[in-house]
Amino acid sequence: MTETIAGEITAPRTAKDHVRSAVKHVALIAVSLVMVYPLLWMIVSSLRPTEVIFRAPGLWLNELYVENYSEGWFALSQAFDWYLVNSAIVVSGAIIGNLISCSLAAYAFARLKFRLRGLWFAIMLMSIMIPIHVIVVPQYILFNAFDMVNTFLPLVLPKFVATDAFFVFLMVQFIRGIPRELDEAATIDGAGHLRIFGQVLIPLMIPALATTAIFTFIWTWSDFFTPLIYLTSPEMYTVPVALRSFLDATSGSNWGAMFAMSIVSLVPMFLAFLFGQKFLVKGIATTGGK
Amino acid sequence: MSALSELSKLKSKGPVTAEQRAARRKEASHDNKAGYLFLLPWLVGLFVFTLGPILASFYLSLTDYSLIQSPNFLGLDNYARMLTDDRLHQSLQVTLTYVGVGVPLQLALALGVAVLLNKGMRGLAFYRSIFYLPSMLGGSVAIALLWRQIFGTTGLVNQILQLLGFEATTGYVSDPDYALWTLILLNVWTFGSPMVIFLAGLRQIPTMYYEAAALDGASRISQFARITLPLLSPIIFFNLVLQIINAFQAFTQAFVVSNGTGGPSDSTLFYTLYLYEQGFTRFDMGYASAMAWLLLAIIAMFTAVNFLLSKYWVFYDD
Repeated sequence: MTETIAGEITAPRTAKDHVRSAVKHVALIAVSLVMVYPLLWMIVSSLRPTEVIFRAPGLWLNELYVENYSEGWFALSQAFDWYLVNSAIVVSGAIIGNLISCSLAAYAFARLKFRLRGLWFAIMLMSIMIPIHVIVVPQYILFNAFDMVNTFLPLVLPKFVATDAFFVFLMVQFIRGIPRELDEAATIDGAGHLRIFGQVLIPLMIPALATTAIFTFIWTWSDFFTPLIYLTSPEMYTVPVALRSFLDATSGSNWGAMFAMSIVSLVPMFLAFLFGQKFLVKGIATTGGK
Repeated sequence: MSALSELSKLKSKGPVTAEQRAARRKEASHDNKAGYLFLLPWLVGLFVFTLGPILASFYLSLTDYSLIQSPNFLGLDNYARMLTDDRLHQSLQVTLTYVGVGVPLQLALALGVAVLLNKGMRGLAFYRSIFYLPSMLGGSVAIALLWRQIFGTTGLVNQILQLLGFEATTGYVSDPDYALWTLILLNVWTFGSPMVIFLAGLRQIPTMYYEAAALDGASRISQFARITLPLLSPIIFFNLVLQIINAFQAFTQAFVVSNGTGGPSDSTLFYTLYLYEQGFTRFDMGYASAMAWLLLAIIAMFTAVNFLLSKYWVFYDD
């Protein structure tokens, strides 16, 4: 997506255009404020005593009540860093798995000719749209049979076999944009598929791989359904499941502490969003665009 | 090129002569081994974690499997049970309301803001980030907890209403008349990701169309109706299909806001929430599987109807 627009070199702007543009900005700023207000309010509330949260709709802070963070950190059966580490393990596994397995499949679909390729490709596309609920019960039974319930394996293993077909599709689209001449030159130099894949395409695929890594990070970090099903004992909880158990753990709801830990849980996602925005926008735009 | 247009392109390519077929086979056989080697992880995943479970799920839906005892074959009993299960009907109604109201609102806002943001305006990157951020965070438990507070009796919304002089004592998340609407609002709040897709689509429309229309004296509104909407229709269609599929599967927000109960009075009992309850708290996995198949059927039906109706309003210029 380029930022320059052909239509910009038009006639000099009239007074009417200026008014129009001002109105537009006012509308957009109003929408922006409504959009981010809840987030800002949550940040501010995490620095207020709970009693104040109940009567303060504004964003001003008279004093910083950082005790919410220490209280929240130790409110559950494990200190909060424990859950952060759990989530980090799951997320790293998911990212590594997705990067390896999806890029291998994408190379096959985009560059190799093999029997039934069209059929497999259609199945891959359709699998993107299958609701997880149809497969979750048998998957659970399968993992239960292998004694893997209450381990991280059910959350990570599927990623190593490209079950997130969305990323396969994303990478196929990306590889199609890389000139075939590069592969052909490498073939003439005697490179096999593994070398073409590893040494020619992978370095060129960095933007697609980054998009995959960042989306996997954000989606896995915030995933609630799968860990809720598979992780049964509190010391295995990932951050979202731990956060949810605040509702049971702190009777009368200590909103200050809960918001403090909510903020902690959002920080990694927010950073991933900030640094990966360019990739995220491109990734999501190419899946929908032509 | 989107996944949807890829799918619609995968039609047969007309008759092929025997010679061509032979030539194609000879050419194709060249990479067979490498192709399947690279595809191996995905194929394993497909059979072990997708196709296998789909078949197993169908079989389980015909049984009373509970994880502890071996399954008894029931035939269509689970499906018959659905006909008289009031909570299932309630969960369908909740989910259909959520999809039917939430998705159009979300897409309308996404399209409106995208059109405002188009035409290389100042601050585009800034606005885009602000609007996109909630989409990235919206599915998280932290935001669901925030929502629970915002729409609680002493929550942010009531605080603001009181400042404005209203009597505000309703706890929206604990009132069966409002609880679902707070979740619909949460869905609307995450309009950023369809908006980004709309923006990408708007960029593909050549500006000369608008210039020509302006020369002919077409108003902005008629430009939007006659140029933007038709040319953007494939993207609108894509977003519609995708967001409907997503909305049918909404779970986290309802689970957290109602603390897993789907309450108050089952007013936020999303279909997925009820499925979770049957499958993973009551371990009635047979019934949960049958429910999953009904969900699949409903989603497939909505998608099929979408595709059928698309003939009348989606224009492909190629």
